[in-house]
Amino acid sequence: MKLVYTDVLVIGGGLAGMRTAIGVKRRGLDTIVLSLVPAKRSHSCAAQGGMQASLGNSVMGRGDNEDVHFEDTVKGSDWGADQKVVRMFTHVAPKAIRELAAWGVPWNRVRQGDRESVINAERVVITEDPRTHGLITARDFGGTKKWRTCYTSDGTGHAMLFALGDQTIANGIPVMERMEAIALIHEGGRCYGAIVRNLVNGELTAFVARATTIATGGYGRIYKVSTNGIICEGIGAAIALETGQAQLGNMEAVQFHPTAIVPAGILTTEGCRGDGGILRDVDGHRFMPDYEPEKRELASRDVVSRRMTEHIRAGKGVKSPYGDHLWLDISVLGRAHVEKNLREVKDICHYFLGIDPATDWIPVRPTQHYSMGGIRTDHTGQSPTLKGLFACGEASCWDMHGFNRLGGNSVAETVVSGMIVSEFIADFCRGDGSDINIPTRLVGEFLEREQAALNHLQQGGGTETSAPIRKRMEEIMIDKVGIFRTGEELDEAVSELETLIERSRKIGVRSQASGANPELVGAYRLQKMLKLALCVALGARERTESRGAHFREDFPQRNDRDWLNRTLATWPDEQATLPKLDYESIAVDDMELPPGFRGYGTRNHLDHPDTEQRVAEVERIRSEKPDADRFELQKTLMPFDHLLPEKYRGRNERVEIDHE
Amino acid sequence: MNESSMSDETHSTPRRLTINILRHNPSDPGSEPHMASYQIDEIPGMTLYIALNRIRDEFEPSLQFDFVCRAGICGSCGMLINGRPDLACRTLTEKLDPEITLAPLPVFKLIGDLSVDTGEWMRAMSERLETWVHQNEAVDPDRLEEPMDPDLAEEIYELDRCIECGCCVAACGTARMREKFVGAVGLNKLARFRLDPRDQRSDEDFYELIGDDDGVFGCMSLLGCQDVCPKDLPLQTQIAFLRRKMVKA
Repeated sequence: MKLVYTDVLVIGGGLAGMRTAIGVKRRGLDTIVLSLVPAKRSHSCAAQGGMQASLGNSVMGRGDNEDVHFEDTVKGSDWGADQKVVRMFTHVAPKAIRELAAWGVPWNRVRQGDRESVINAERVVITEDPRTHGLITARDFGGTKKWRTCYTSDGTGHAMLFALGDQTIANGIPVMERMEAIALIHEGGRCYGAIVRNLVNGELTAFVARATTIATGGYGRIYKVSTNGIICEGIGAAIALETGQAQLGNMEAVQFHPTAIVPAGILTTEGCRGDGGILRDVDGHRFMPDYEPEKRELASRDVVSRRMTEHIRAGKGVKSPYGDHLWLDISVLGRAHVEKNLREVKDICHYFLGIDPATDWIPVRPTQHYSMGGIRTDHTGQSPTLKGLFACGEASCWDMHGFNRLGGNSVAETVVSGMIVSEFIADFCRGDGSDINIPTRLVGEFLEREQAALNHLQQGGGTETSAPIRKRMEEIMIDKVGIFRTGEELDEAVSELETLIERSRKIGVRSQASGANPELVGAYRLQKMLKLALCVALGARERTESRGAHFREDFPQRNDRDWLNRTLATWPDEQATLPKLDYESIAVDDMELPPGFRGYGTRNHLDHPDTEQRVAEVERIRSEKPDADRFELQKTLMPFDHLLPEKYRGRNERVEIDHE
Repeated sequence: MNESSMSDETHSTPRRLTINILRHNPSDPGSEPHMASYQIDEIPGMTLYIALNRIRDEFEPSLQFDFVCRAGICGSCGMLINGRPDLACRTLTEKLDPEITLAPLPVFKLIGDLSVDTGEWMRAMSERLETWVHQNEAVDPDRLEEPMDPDLAEEIYELDRCIECGCCVAACGTARMREKFVGAVGLNKLARFRLDPRDQRSDEDFYELIGDDDGVFGCMSLLGCQDVCPKDLPLQTQIAFLRRKMVKA
């Protein structure tokens, strides 16, 4: 048996994984990163528009701070988020962006004086203060009170990923490419590493580690049309699920991005609308202000995607051979702006649509984009039910996004959670509980079991092929577990997916190649993806309310009374066709921001019985301390400092300019 | 506004494409490099990403190729398309003749069929050239960031846009002769760090890294790199500029 020992095994070489590896390496631990592809090709590179951090440098972000970022994020989550984790996140985000600046990310900077911008389809002049000249600037994004999204043109993820990739190399961290973790090694409620398949030669290796971190991103590719890269198949989350012990949280919370191009499904950034781009219908009419007079195109993504779908259903879509779509118009921003700040969008339009967005409208439609759900962790990033297993970034349910993530908060989460979780992993590895107490024999059994399963796919005489099963799964997910959901359709989805999972157990792979074997890879991944699809569909069927991105036409109300909770899915019985669902309630009585109206979308919710009391309590605390500064007040409402690693507790400096 | 690209093609009869692929699996002792030919019907908006997946799904489950973002952003799918290095995912078949020939990028280690190991090559280049910001003082992330001129930040981003796809290396005459030549990708990276005030290395330091025939003096100025760069990076200017600076260093 091929066996490799390390302190910290990091599965996933995107932003979250690499930042975690850098963090633990700096704490003196040995670490190995496993990646399906060269790390700099990870899907993190596709993040275009930017990263939220409340620096408040630009005049349009003046007055911004952690408190405002916190409120925006909690409202965005439709109160599904863990508010303490949101606090940890918003507190560390400015540090993350400054660290990345020091590591070379060429963030766009504030330029003093006047510049023209487009706000609500009108040209306005913005005047920047000379005292902020050269500091990191920000653009507007959906669901935010301030311009908070820091960016490098529309290649933010790329610039961040390359800076972190280079830091990984500078720190001498090995990144093993084309390596796929296909099972976790665990015993007695403790994770000890993973069985890993070499995608080039097909060989299996057991990686045994004190701590194992999954940072493999989302599971968007269970949907037929997704903005996600083709490697975003959720395999990291699936191998956690297959332990029967680790829990997946809120898998039904799936985000649709309003503006992916039709038909390719490639993203055009929210920065298009943040910078002033507008949505138009078949008549060229700008329809969003009709639905959302306050935030218009810049309501949260769940709301804009629903409004667009509603408008298409009302017959206002543009007919095309690929179904109805709407138009995104960024020509209003002018050629100079498009060519400087939206150049990836321009390239994508040029190569995939043959149009020039500085003059032509872009055909767009809401498309699967982000997985709020993932491996459930506590605030340290560790699984509460499988010790030694950590997760961060999109693969995790940490849970700062609840039922809807704000644009610009995902790349921010990758690095922030990598910073925070790596410190807790290092603490864990320094403690007694991290000893590797697993017999080699048992490790061997895990490896043999995986080898046997692969052999069975190739030689078990199976009669099914994976391509049609996969195609059907993707169709079911987009047709029946999409933006608008109903109990009837979800019933159909669940039962048909159960049939598919049974069929997937009878797949026979035609190609007997021992090394790289794309057909074999497709087969074992499909079996795992179907489990995730069932977690999403069953979670959605059982959740008889609407919250964030999860919208039930038969239960359109957000129901805090019965559903202010987090869905937890486990898969204890390997042969079962359904996961087991449990629920973890979200307490109202220590919320800093008790549930209420988000300020956009439809005002329609049923209160939790504790809400009224908590609202009164928060009011009382605020009124009793009229002179308290915002830090003191915050600390009284919901202390969180003690949850952060000590090195990240310091206050964030901001440029001091009086409000004029 | 332009709607023509969406409606025109659907009415005409689809073209029959012949896609010739240079196939070889070096890990299989019985494999010999050979051309294999596949026929598929073109569909509107078809890219080589769609075409290759169709060939794999319908005819050849063992066919190897690499895609990740399929949006021209990640640089995974560099290959020779009718002899010229380019990104396959954003290449529309309608822009090509109905007979298309695909081969793996040269210079890089072949993994199988159209898949090559750019990752190992790029990491070795990065380690050799130390392609990261060299800063002596630790930065306190609680404090305000160092200001930077907005124009300079944009100039750095311009060079930072390289996606390490390997097209420039595949198109490089020197890289085919000198195994250790760092290529336009390497030289562009050092030009990027040289421009960045956060990197405290001097021209003498850079000279140590690229002041030889494996570096900036190995370039024969054929400039295939500039011709094929999918991101239109100003490679020619950067190489010329670096060479001038390195002569002075």
